[in-house]
Amino acid sequence: MKPTNIADPNYFHKVVDCQWACPAHTPVPEYIRLIAEKRYTDAYMINWQSNVFPGILGRTCDRPCEPACRRTRVEEEPVAICRLKRVAADFKSDIKDRLPAIPNKKNGKHIALIGAGPASLTVARDLLPLGYEITLFDRDKKSGGAMRTQIPRFRLPVEVLEEELHYILDMGINCRFGEEITSMKALLQENFDAIFVGTGAPLGKRLDLPGHKEAKDNIHTGIEWLANVAFEHVSSIGKRVLVLGGGNTAMDCCRTSKRIGGKDVTVVVRSGFDEMKASPWEIEDAMNEDIPVLNFHVPKRYILENGKLAAMEFEKVRKEYDENGRRLLIPTGEDPVILPCDDVICAIGQDNSFPWIEKETGIEFDKWELPVLDKQTYQSTHKKVFFGGDAALGPDNIITAVAHAHEAALSIRLLCDNQDISVRPDPHTTLDSQKMGIHQWSYDNDISNDERYIVPHAAKEKTLKDLNMEVELGFDPELALAETMRCLNCDIQTVFTDQLCIECDACVDICPTDCITFTKNGEENELRQRLMAPAEDLDQDIYVSDVLTTGRIMAKTEDLCLHCGLCAERCPTNAWDMRKYLFDTAKAADACQS
Amino acid sequence: MSYINKPKFKHPQLKTNEIGLTRRDYEGTLTTLCAGCGHDSISAAIIQAAADMALEPHRVAKISGIGCSSKIPSYFLSKSHGFNSVHGRMPSVATGANIANKDLDYVGISGDGDSASIGLGQFCHIVRRRINMLYIVANNGTYGLTKGQLSATADLGSKTKSGEESLYDNIDMATLAIELGASFVARSFSGDKQQLIPLIQAGLKHKGFAFIDIVSPCVTFNNTDFSTHGYKNTWENYIALSEVDFVPMREEITTSYSAGKAKEITLHDGSVIHLQKTSNNYDPYDKENALHHINKYKKQGQIATGLLYINQSTSDLHELQDTVDKPFNTLGNHDLCPGNEVLTDINETFR
Repeated sequence: MKPTNIADPNYFHKVVDCQWACPAHTPVPEYIRLIAEKRYTDAYMINWQSNVFPGILGRTCDRPCEPACRRTRVEEEPVAICRLKRVAADFKSDIKDRLPAIPNKKNGKHIALIGAGPASLTVARDLLPLGYEITLFDRDKKSGGAMRTQIPRFRLPVEVLEEELHYILDMGINCRFGEEITSMKALLQENFDAIFVGTGAPLGKRLDLPGHKEAKDNIHTGIEWLANVAFEHVSSIGKRVLVLGGGNTAMDCCRTSKRIGGKDVTVVVRSGFDEMKASPWEIEDAMNEDIPVLNFHVPKRYILENGKLAAMEFEKVRKEYDENGRRLLIPTGEDPVILPCDDVICAIGQDNSFPWIEKETGIEFDKWELPVLDKQTYQSTHKKVFFGGDAALGPDNIITAVAHAHEAALSIRLLCDNQDISVRPDPHTTLDSQKMGIHQWSYDNDISNDERYIVPHAAKEKTLKDLNMEVELGFDPELALAETMRCLNCDIQTVFTDQLCIECDACVDICPTDCITFTKNGEENELRQRLMAPAEDLDQDIYVSDVLTTGRIMAKTEDLCLHCGLCAERCPTNAWDMRKYLFDTAKAADACQS
Repeated sequence: MSYINKPKFKHPQLKTNEIGLTRRDYEGTLTTLCAGCGHDSISAAIIQAAADMALEPHRVAKISGIGCSSKIPSYFLSKSHGFNSVHGRMPSVATGANIANKDLDYVGISGDGDSASIGLGQFCHIVRRRINMLYIVANNGTYGLTKGQLSATADLGSKTKSGEESLYDNIDMATLAIELGASFVARSFSGDKQQLIPLIQAGLKHKGFAFIDIVSPCVTFNNTDFSTHGYKNTWENYIALSEVDFVPMREEITTSYSAGKAKEITLHDGSVIHLQKTSNNYDPYDKENALHHINKYKKQGQIATGLLYINQSTSDLHELQDTVDKPFNTLGNHDLCPGNEVLTDINETFR
């Protein structure tokens, strides 16, 4: 293998598994350390810079960071990253004086944002401090998009939502809420310097089975129904409710039903329980509220009695795999299952919808009816029109929308500055030694053996009676501190300087997880088998040095490194050093003006 | 000295041996020696050797004297018996323990100060008495604990960090052990675990007195370019007389050794030492040849390592003295103190 190029910004970034997995690349270990120091406001601001909605995401994020957490490889459960983010939001002090200044003198560029959800608001947040004028459109009278309409208040209190929306809205946006854009062509004629489409995936899928037409008053589409509940157009539901679908929307629908009149609420899914798309914790929360999940039930028809929905018929199936490994659902041949119900909520997916974008605008769509976009710049086939969030790549999540929007905002700035938008500025990176004394580091390198702490919940008897009462109470500072100690500080990198190494083996002898080997060089696949412990996860890199005095190389597998720093503590020559790697993606503010 | 404990987390695929233990279960407390000390690698080699051999920790006794070297029994096999004794007196304590219970595996840990200076007399006598044990000298050519004076194993002309030059010829512990009748003598280097681990395993299984002189650099006081015991000089000048491989008795021999090039030594318990790529058909059974080789390489400024000498036909102290077969702790009161009548009978034999 060739010596590892640690100057490549991605090399150490990848070692910080949580940050690498986060679409917005939030520097997770850095803010977790700040929480441990009770510097909640500082921790909050790091999040705010990167993911814009820390309080909201600390409650609702899909948390791609957590399955990536190194802790899952050396122990079992990841650090409760998402709930620690909430801690920063819960305990911070006033941040108003830390928000960026908005210049009075504008730069003369005017941007239109369509849809006031997380994507558009992120674009606004990135561009307003640079002197851009922003006009924000939404068909609803209030901003927030899916964060307001699809996430129930018992998961995300309205104060938290409003607070974080207003940090951006108060920067001085020209809001045109309650105004639905019906023609892109017309909008293009308004001569905006750029248009950003962040309209989400607003169309809930329907389940058009026999009986649908007759029973349609009692058949609801998940996201529309949730929006109606959020805007208080709907305040009750029948006693017996069936929720079809296994995603997070289904979980929100069943739990909402339980709070506005549903007594006997059941989730029904076509495939197996373990194939459900909902986050495991959302399923767990629903089941804790005594909502059963029936799996392997395929809906067949709506059954009416006296012209009104009375039940649904399901066919029981089992799982089989064909020779290509594709999952098939085979009817078991048992009698159909009839489940009586007063209402059915279909939460079986959502689609994008762009009937308002005319062909002649030059904006092209692919066969899935998604806009054709440059994957890096989010520019459509019309050079002034950008897409982000669910509107860009189909239904995903808030943090992905934020990540798209940062890139789109950067593209818009480059476009307005007449620069090549495909030339992106480099990320900000720093790599600094954390050595404080012979065996002292600026970070707490003692590894906590504690298991993941559980977030306390409010009493079920109370929360089920109040649609707006938040279920999760969040960590208190004490629990939060204990949880922060579980973080392995993966951003404190083990940096090896081969010229200093005397090959004494001290690092090999001390490493608790057998990461380091001094051996003859070889091809990667073969070398991986020769290490102190075989490094079988090919996604996890091997850090290889140049040839040492004895002709051997140092090979360190990054996979299970605990970042405890003992290799560096036992190294007599400082050939190993613990250095903090900070990585920040380039945002609109980082583009050089021409 | 590190302030944290070694994390408990271990590699999930770390091998478990026949008695269900991993290498981590053979560790001791975290070392307090200087960073980079060769002695820590010796600890690590002992840990690995014990894990590979599936030694039962409670069947091992570690005995040491005084010095940096003699601290290391704290850093391995924390579930074994241990005795950190008096300076240079480890051989006496080891002899006593061995007489009391010959069924344990004994590992004596000493240094060049402990064994070649204050304890040289004790060393000579334990070799001569053929105690069945593994005696390790962690040899760094300096008195590290008293801040770096030249020790009796420092080579003529070698210099300490402060520039003091050794005016005397060194005491060569391996040569001395061979001369005095040790039946297993090896030399190795703390930096080369591939060689050291099988030597430790073979030494533990050898019946009789096994001695390993290990060059173990003192990073703090004796690791200059002018020191013959530093990492640099040792890496550059150590010559392996053969590549050593140890196969425990119960394991099937799977590695293939080309005939003529490998020497096979079967130990008393049935385990096997394989010596491969021996230079000039080195014969470890030949005492004179062993001494000749050690001296030959020494004259060239080189260090001969590997299994230098082995003799499997000598008897150990218990056989020579025809001692009781059982460990003392399994004997009853009557056997240990047979009473006045027996004493009178014994006294009669001297009249």
